[in-house]
Amino acid sequence: MNIDKKITDDLVANDISFVTTVPCKQLAGVIEEIDARDEIFHIPSNKEDEGMGLCAGAWMGGKRPAIIMQNTAIGVTINTLATLIQFYRMPLPMLISYRGELREPVACQVEMAVHTKALLAQMNIPTYHFHHQADVEELDAILKYTFMCNKPVAILTDANFWGGYGDQ
Amino acid sequence: MIRSEILKEIAPILRDQLVVCNIGIPSQELHAIDDQPTNFYMLGTMGLASSIGLGLALSQPKPVIVIDGDGSILTNLGTLPTIANNVADNYILLIVDNGSYGSTGDQPTYAGQKTSLAKMAEAAGCDRVIECQAEDTGRVLQEALDAKQMTIIVAKCESGNAKMPVITMDPVVIRDRFMKAVQA
Repeated sequence: MNIDKKITDDLVANDISFVTTVPCKQLAGVIEEIDARDEIFHIPSNKEDEGMGLCAGAWMGGKRPAIIMQNTAIGVTINTLATLIQFYRMPLPMLISYRGELREPVACQVEMAVHTKALLAQMNIPTYHFHHQADVEELDAILKYTFMCNKPVAILTDANFWGGYGDQ
Repeated sequence: MIRSEILKEIAPILRDQLVVCNIGIPSQELHAIDDQPTNFYMLGTMGLASSIGLGLALSQPKPVIVIDGDGSILTNLGTLPTIANNVADNYILLIVDNGSYGSTGDQPTYAGQKTSLAKMAEAAGCDRVIECQAEDTGRVLQEALDAKQMTIIVAKCESGNAKMPVITMDPVVIRDRFMKAVQA
């Protein structure tokens, strides 16, 4: 299974046509796939809260959005999630590279990893954790759930899910 | 002129357009001057008006006017390159530049000192950037609408706020009526 293609296919199948991204090494393949698809307008953002603003506007304009980012961005976007996405009740699937988990080579990434699920729980954000490649089978249902309930929803995808970092 | 006087003057131009309005006193002033379902008031999240407006402009064909402030642009400076590199000719960013953080007590911003937001927008790659004096805002805004070209307007005005009530409308109501106006 080509995981990047599978994820992008699920986005397209759920009519998600506006995707903003802040890159991560683990997400490089899926970002490349999204960029190549005619069905999706890909707009890179400079910071994740900016990206959430873009997504809020796109949704009010009639497009289904999604944001792709690292879990470090949860630290950046707490205010935006609370006062924009949740306060105005907007749907936002967040495909998140869950750095700092098993097979992580960079120690500093662990420092935000240990806060990630706690912060998401504190925010009452529905959270799914993809650890094995087969977990991606739930993505389609998670996307449908997100646009059913008009909430931000987190999909944490760790290094094991992406197949690790090679020889590191 | 202060911001509320500019808003009063341009209210007839804004009335028929989709407007995304900045957090705090700017939204309170616009709401009090001329509340319209085509106005999206930001009640929180400083800095994101320009981003919300860009997402909206890129997703549907109607013109979008963002009323932003110098302090909020400085908070989200990454917005300028994103705007410049994703051209939406139905997008007008009106930065009411009064050189101060109006909603928090008129503390000076750097835009009122050595920093030029117009030059920053140009350096970011924005093609049509117009700096004007407060009195010319209406004319420049109407010209931008007529030009049908993405425009960044930096309207220089005096610091100060009108005393207006807080917006008590529920955010979901603001958002829902705005989305209906977008689709209308």
